[in-house]
Amino acid sequence: MADFKFDLVSPERRLAELDATEVQIPGADGDMTAMADHAPTITTLRPGILKVVHSGGTEEFVVSGGFAEITANSVTVLAEKALPRSEATKERMDKLVEEATAAHEAAKASGQGVDEADQVRNAMVEVASHVML
Amino acid sequence: MPNLKDLKNRISSVKSTRKITKAMQMVAAAKLRRAQEAAEMARPYTERFNSVMAGLAASASGEGAPKLLAGTGSDDTHLLVVMTAERGLCGGFNSNIAKLAKSHAADLLAQGKTVKIITVGKKGRDAIRRDLGDHFVGHVDLSEVKRVGYDNAQDIARDVLARFDAGEFDVATIFYAKFVNVVSQIPTAQQIIPFEVPEGTQADDSTLYDYEPSEEAILADLLPRGVATQIFAALLENGASEQGARMSAMDNATRNAGEMIDKLTIEFNRSRQAVITNELIEIISGAEAL
Repeated sequence: MADFKFDLVSPERRLAELDATEVQIPGADGDMTAMADHAPTITTLRPGILKVVHSGGTEEFVVSGGFAEITANSVTVLAEKALPRSEATKERMDKLVEEATAAHEAAKASGQGVDEADQVRNAMVEVASHVML
Repeated sequence: MPNLKDLKNRISSVKSTRKITKAMQMVAAAKLRRAQEAAEMARPYTERFNSVMAGLAASASGEGAPKLLAGTGSDDTHLLVVMTAERGLCGGFNSNIAKLAKSHAADLLAQGKTVKIITVGKKGRDAIRRDLGDHFVGHVDLSEVKRVGYDNAQDIARDVLARFDAGEFDVATIFYAKFVNVVSQIPTAQQIIPFEVPEGTQADDSTLYDYEPSEEAILADLLPRGVATQIFAALLENGASEQGARMSAMDNATRNAGEMIDKLTIEFNRSRQAVITNELIEIISGAEAL
């Protein structure tokens, strides 16, 4: 299977830079899997689990949102917050859920983007419970 | 001629000053390394982000473009976000940024525009308050923050965006010092709203992307994030610049203290010798008189 370049960066650090064969992306409109020669796409992310398959195995990352740029020979994920699944402790997940909830409350108070914030919060809660299982 | 005791006291006080500045220099050097690392870590994100944005911006400009990209149509009210350090003793770092912001504000005022100022960091606020205190609309206190994270940048961005949505200003510019190396930090003004593609960004080759959900939705999602990203990058640059400036300032101070100690020691030895000579003359002339 053909490899392509995979990059996962968050504002604070670069989490991964490797040759992958397959990347599963939690897109805002649903999950998608990118492989080599994918049509160029830019998508936003919902909180979810990003799964990277490469020759050495599979890696998983928890992302809290952001966007991904897919081209024929590279996938770049610019996550707002991201951490390797192995580092996803209960405290960290709780904090992320808390933040999403706070954002939802803030959205409700301002009356703007309530639905989006609600979706984000729900997705975050789902990811958190999934990761903790 | 100052007496010996005074000189001795002065020497020991300059010596302890030198110890302090030396310690500050070493602390700054350690912090600088961390700050530089943080800035390096953030660079890939900013670069990728900007190149995606550049591509999007090029295809989305024109009619019906979001306000964050195209502007409000006027440029009457300017928001200046002045980012400085929380602490002093870092050479010209704070005053250079403040100076740039002040001259920028003066230009805008001379053109009859309205100026609003948000300060980040105590030192900048103190430096501009006298001239432009009436224009202050907010202040962000980072003195409790040990390590600037993306969260801090997001908080600032949220504040700025809320003001923009409320129609409080048309153009926002951030002021910070770009880190070049330890001895040189360049005060920089960068416009963040409306979005301007930073210089040196190469736009992605004109690949035609599919957008999910839609181009507008992505742009609406990315633009506010772009503001936060730019503020974050500026905060990090500023952090590195501050430590660099402090390091070289403290290095100078240490060297000056060393020179002063040398000078004072020579003076001390001379006066001690003078005292001894005096005493000898007195003894000899006393003996001769007998």
